[in-house]
Amino acid sequence: MTEFLQQLINGLSLGAIYALLALGYTMVYGVLRFINFAHADVFMVGSFVGYYLGQHVPEATLWGGMLVLVAAMMTCALLGVIIERLAYRPLRGGPTLNVLITAIGVSLLLEYSGQIVFGATPRTFPQIFPERHFELGQLSITSNQLVVITVALLLIAGLQVIVFKTRMGMAMRAVSLNPRAAQLVGVNINTVISFTFALGSALAAAGGILYSMNYPSIDPLMGVMPGLKAFTAAILGGIGNIPGAALGGLILGGAETFVSGSQFSTYKDAIAFGILIVILLFRPAGLLGRFTVEKV
Amino acid sequence: MTHLRLPLLALFSPGLFWLTGLSLLQAAEPIKIGEFASLTGKEAAFGQSSHKGTALAIEELNAAGGVLGRPLQLVFEDNQSKSGESATIVKKLISRDKVVALLGEVASSRSLEAAPLAQAAKIPMISPSSTNPKVTMVGDYIFRVCFIDPFQGTALAKFAVAHLKARRVAVLTSVSSAYSVGLSKYFHEQFLKDGGEIVADLKYSEGDKDFKAQLTAIRAAKPEAIFIPGYYTEVALIARQARDLGLDVPMFGGDGWEAPELMTIGGAAVNGCFYSTHYSSEAPVAAVQTFIKKFRAKYDNETPDAMAALGSDSAFVLVDAIKRAGSVEPAKIRDALAATKGFEGVTGRTDIDAHRNASKAAVIIEVKDGKFVFVESVAP
Repeated sequence: MTEFLQQLINGLSLGAIYALLALGYTMVYGVLRFINFAHADVFMVGSFVGYYLGQHVPEATLWGGMLVLVAAMMTCALLGVIIERLAYRPLRGGPTLNVLITAIGVSLLLEYSGQIVFGATPRTFPQIFPERHFELGQLSITSNQLVVITVALLLIAGLQVIVFKTRMGMAMRAVSLNPRAAQLVGVNINTVISFTFALGSALAAAGGILYSMNYPSIDPLMGVMPGLKAFTAAILGGIGNIPGAALGGLILGGAETFVSGSQFSTYKDAIAFGILIVILLFRPAGLLGRFTVEKV
Repeated sequence: MTHLRLPLLALFSPGLFWLTGLSLLQAAEPIKIGEFASLTGKEAAFGQSSHKGTALAIEELNAAGGVLGRPLQLVFEDNQSKSGESATIVKKLISRDKVVALLGEVASSRSLEAAPLAQAAKIPMISPSSTNPKVTMVGDYIFRVCFIDPFQGTALAKFAVAHLKARRVAVLTSVSSAYSVGLSKYFHEQFLKDGGEIVADLKYSEGDKDFKAQLTAIRAAKPEAIFIPGYYTEVALIARQARDLGLDVPMFGGDGWEAPELMTIGGAAVNGCFYSTHYSSEAPVAAVQTFIKKFRAKYDNETPDAMAALGSDSAFVLVDAIKRAGSVEPAKIRDALAATKGFEGVTGRTDIDAHRNASKAAVIIEVKDGKFVFVESVAP
């Protein structure tokens, strides 16, 4: 029982990071109908921004950690806007496939320029937030795990508020429903799309920092595997659906953890992804996705 | 064509400078030795160390006049610690740079990738520190100057029983590394023979960052020690996460642990852990101490680790073979390498056996208060 609960905690904290990343995929898909493959590399950049800034703030303080987190989110928000402006906007109106291939190109560009700028050797991520260990009987939880789960929940809730309660959110939903009609009623789609990218990239940066706090060895290719899993999580939850992305992330994180902790640990990715295929066989639009309703 | 041109040069060039009266080293065509290493990426510490050792050896040999009256040129390439890259760069070294022999790699998986290419091209290859037995089984052109995992696994199993007094051990193996799978297998065999019990046997893959799930399962099995036959990047993260989960038992592993990153990433978590490796910089042997002095002078006071020592030995063993062969013809170098007996290097005496392996002593190192401390030496 203890082992089960411990694995549940492990799975939750891993799933929360997948969820944060999955939100970025799902939001861009909801508005623009394409998968932004560069998202996972914005996650990597976020983590490196944290690495460099983390050396200039006092180690392991709450305000220092928050400062690094916010600065990384803002840098990546800007990066997201720039990527959209330079790489995706010129292709708008063309076939979706072109943008998709460009996204893969941007992803590779970030990964390999990262290897030149940051170097391909893994770096040790500084400890930016204070760290504590809690013991609940046999269960052990680190403050990092709690921070990950809390920040993820807060950001998901914040995102729901932005999308459903603000004017910008309303504009996002309008663009998602029909870009041309939205433009006709006076919505500036360029602003809306830039905002979507800024928001998604900021979430990726937050994910990057949280991920590196838990797994403090970072390198320019660190985004590849989590990105792939978060993308799968987004599909699993029903792409374009925000609570779906969160749910998908948690399920994937949980499945991976339970398989890794069993005697079948050799096949952990195979089994975790196998579960996915089965779910998608029965619910092709994902767990919470319906074919038309509620896109971002 | 590749194989014809070099011997011809070797025949003609000495004659040429007698005629022109030029200085020996200036006019002679350099002998090209290829090296492939993980200079960047996940196992960069291995490649960097090994390369520094090799480069130092080549520099020293050139200062002493090279070999066969010709200087040596080290042509090296980086495989970024990625699978697939070694094959590409080894093909380039053989076909474009026309090297007479190859030095590399540390990681067994990557040596195994290059070995069939070297064998097919009949270019002798010496792996400085790949310990998986399969590496030299690829063919008669593949050699190594270090011990192999059946010995290392056995030594570690005996160490666990005798020194750690551990009867219940959990094992965490990387399934995507030939080194890890092999070392784990040989440890299992000896440990069970010695009456030990493997209470948990879990797996991970190279590049994984999250090991909490496996460690939670290991914690539930209540082991007395954890054996992790992996590379330092993952080992450091495993150690941290194990301590986070409250697993306080000692952890131990093989030579894949040896890198300063084990401590920079692992921090206090790796304290009190043990690993086996090829040499200790504390050994009071003249050859070791001279090597350390030279290495420190060249590389900013850095103390060489086992990968650097083996990187240096691999170059010296190769050049010794070229000298005995009296030729840079790859087939003759191969024959001379196979006949290597009693070569004294930094990591001890190298005798190449019938399977083209070297049998050498292993040392056990403990990580103690941020330092690597010598514990004991295990004779082959």
